[in-house]
Amino acid sequence: MVKLIQTLISGLSLGSIYALIALGYTMVYGIAKMLNFAHGDIIMVGAYAVITTVLTANFPPLVGILVSILVCVVLGVTIEFLAYRPLRQAPPLSVLITAIGVSYFLQNLALLIFGSEQKAFPTIIKLPTIEAAGVYIDGITLITLVVTAAIMVGLTLFINKTRMGKAMRAVSEDKGAAELMGISVNHTITITFAIGSALAAVAALFYGMSYIYIRPTTGSMPGIKAFTAAVFGGIGSIPGAMLGGILMGVIEQLSKTYISTLWSDAIVFGVLVLVLVVKPTGLLGKKISEKV
Amino acid sequence: MKMKKKNPASPLMEGKRRGISSNAVTLLMVVVIYAVVCYLLYSGNMSRQVTNMLVSISCYIVLAVSLNLVVGLLGELSLGHAGFMSVGLFTGCLVSLATVDVLPLPVRLPVSMIVGGLAAAVVGLVVGLPALRLKGDYLAIVTLGCGEIIKTVITNLDVTGGAKGLNTTPIYGNAKTLLPYSIVLVFLVIIVMMNLKSSRHGRAIMAIRDNRIAAESNGVDITYYKLMVFILAAFFAGMAGTIYGHSLSNNKAASFDYNMSIEILVLVVLGGMGSIRGSIIATIILRALPEALRVDWVSDYRMLAYSVLLIVIMLLNASPKFADLKGRWSIGNVIYFVANQKKQKEAAHRD
Repeated sequence: MVKLIQTLISGLSLGSIYALIALGYTMVYGIAKMLNFAHGDIIMVGAYAVITTVLTANFPPLVGILVSILVCVVLGVTIEFLAYRPLRQAPPLSVLITAIGVSYFLQNLALLIFGSEQKAFPTIIKLPTIEAAGVYIDGITLITLVVTAAIMVGLTLFINKTRMGKAMRAVSEDKGAAELMGISVNHTITITFAIGSALAAVAALFYGMSYIYIRPTTGSMPGIKAFTAAVFGGIGSIPGAMLGGILMGVIEQLSKTYISTLWSDAIVFGVLVLVLVVKPTGLLGKKISEKV
Repeated sequence: MKMKKKNPASPLMEGKRRGISSNAVTLLMVVVIYAVVCYLLYSGNMSRQVTNMLVSISCYIVLAVSLNLVVGLLGELSLGHAGFMSVGLFTGCLVSLATVDVLPLPVRLPVSMIVGGLAAAVVGLVVGLPALRLKGDYLAIVTLGCGEIIKTVITNLDVTGGAKGLNTTPIYGNAKTLLPYSIVLVFLVIIVMMNLKSSRHGRAIMAIRDNRIAAESNGVDITYYKLMVFILAAFFAGMAGTIYGHSLSNNKAASFDYNMSIEILVLVVLGGMGSIRGSIIATIILRALPEALRVDWVSDYRMLAYSVLLIVIMLLNASPKFADLKGRWSIGNVIYFVANQKKQKEAAHRD
C-alpha cells in the first residue's frame, strides 16, 4: 500500500511535468494546427540556459530561472517566425518535416556547443523530505505539484477570462472568421508560442531538478511522451492535456514499479497506439466531422 | 490569381520533353554507377574507405526509395522505417545464423533476405492497421511510437542478444561478397517502384495522396492501398536490413531508433518526394561525401547541416518563385534545352 501511494505520488509529479509540456503542444496544435516537434528540445535549451547562468556565470538561481524562461520564449517566437510562419499555407506534411528539422537543428547545435557528455543541473531550491505514515514525499515533488497546479489554474483563467484568451479560442475555432473580426492571427499565434515556450522552460526547471543530468537529447523523450499525453487527453483541449499528462506520468511510474523499467517506454507508446486506434480524438477531444 | 508568366523565347517550361523516358535515365544512371563501382572493386583499385561504404549506401538507397513510396506516393509521413529495417535485420540474420553450416551463401542470403522482408512486412501490416484510421501528424507519431516499441522489444529479447547486440561474426560478409546481392536488391526496388508508379495501382495511391475523399468516391479502395504501401515499404526495408546486418559483425537494436528514420527521411526529402532518381542521388551524395572526405569538421557539422537543409528545402518548396525556378532548371529540361539548341543551330546551318 505504501509502495503504491509512493508510486502514485512520483507518477503525479512526473505527470505534472508532462502536463506542462503537453500544454505547449496542445495550445500550438489547437491554434496553429501544427505539431511543433521542436517543443521538446526547447526544454533542453531551457535546462542548458539554467546550467549556463547558474553554474558557469555564477548568477543566483532566481536569475537563472528568469533567463531560462526568457531564452525559451525568444527561441520559441523566433522559430515560429523563421520556420513556421512562411509555411502557414503549406501542406501539413511540409510543416511537420520542417518541425522535425528544427528539432534536429536544436539538438545538434546543443551537441556542438555543450558537447555530448551529460551536465549536472544545479540545485535551485533545497527542501526537506516530508514523511507521513511511512510515505516519503520529496520536497521537489511537492513544489512541482504546487507550481504546476497554480500554472494550470492561471492558464485556464487566462484562456477563459482575458481578451487574449478569447482571441486564442476564436483563432483555434476558425482562423478566417477570427481574422474578419479584427483579430491578428499572426500575433495570436506568436503569443501562443511564447506561452508554450515559457511553460517548457518551467518544465525544464522541474525536469532538471528531478532528473539532474542534462544532455543534448534530453528533450526528445519527454517531448514525445508529452505529445503522447496531449494526444491521449485529446489534442487541442487544455484540460485534456493536463489530464493526459498526469495519467501518462502515473502509467509510466506504475509500469516502472510493477512491471519493468526496461519495458516502460514500450508500454507508454503502446498506450498511445491503443488510444489513437480506439478513440483518435483522445479522452476529452472534440469530434471533428470531415467537410467535403 | 496572378497568371504564370511564360517566356516564349525559352522552350524550357513548355510541354513534355521528348527523347528517352525518365525511368530509362534513372536505370541507366544506376547501371553506369554500379558498373564503375564493380570494375573498381573487383580489379582491386578501390580504397578501403570507399569499399566499406558500398553495401551500406546500397542499403540506404533501398531504404530511401521504399520510404519514398510512403512519403512521396501515399503522402503520409512514416517515422518508423528504421524499425521495419531492424525487424528484417534481426529476423534475417537469425535465419542466416541458424543455417550458416547447412546452406551456401548464394542460397542462404536470398532466403534470409526474403524471410527478413516477410517478417518486416508482417510488422508493417500491424503498424499499417492503425494507420488506416489516422492521417497526418497522428500517423507520424504512431509510426514513431511503433518504431520505439520495436526497438525496446528487440533490445529486451534474449534471442536477439539483448542490449549487447547480436553477434553476426559467423555470417559476416565483406563488400566483395555482399555487393552483388545489394545490386540485385537495389534494381529490384527501383523496378518495382517504377512499375508501381506508372501502373493503375500507383495512380490510385497518388490519387489518395492528392485528395482522399475524391479518390474514395471514385471507387479507390483506400484500406487496400494504404496497407499495400506500408507492407511493400516494410518488406523492402526488411530485405535491406538483412544485407545491412550481414555487413556488420555486431548489430544493436538501439542504433535503429527514430534518428535513423529521420536520416532516411532527409534523403527522401532532399531527393524530392516521389522521385526515385532524386532519392538515389541524394543517398549517394549524403552518405558518401562525409565518409569520403573524412574531415573532422564535416562529421561534426554533418547533422547540423542536414537539419538546416531539411528546413531550407521545405521553406523553398513553399515559395512559388522557387518552384518556378526549379521547373525551369531541372536536369531534364536543361538537357532538352542544350540538345535543342544544337538542333536549331544545325537547322540554321542547313538554311
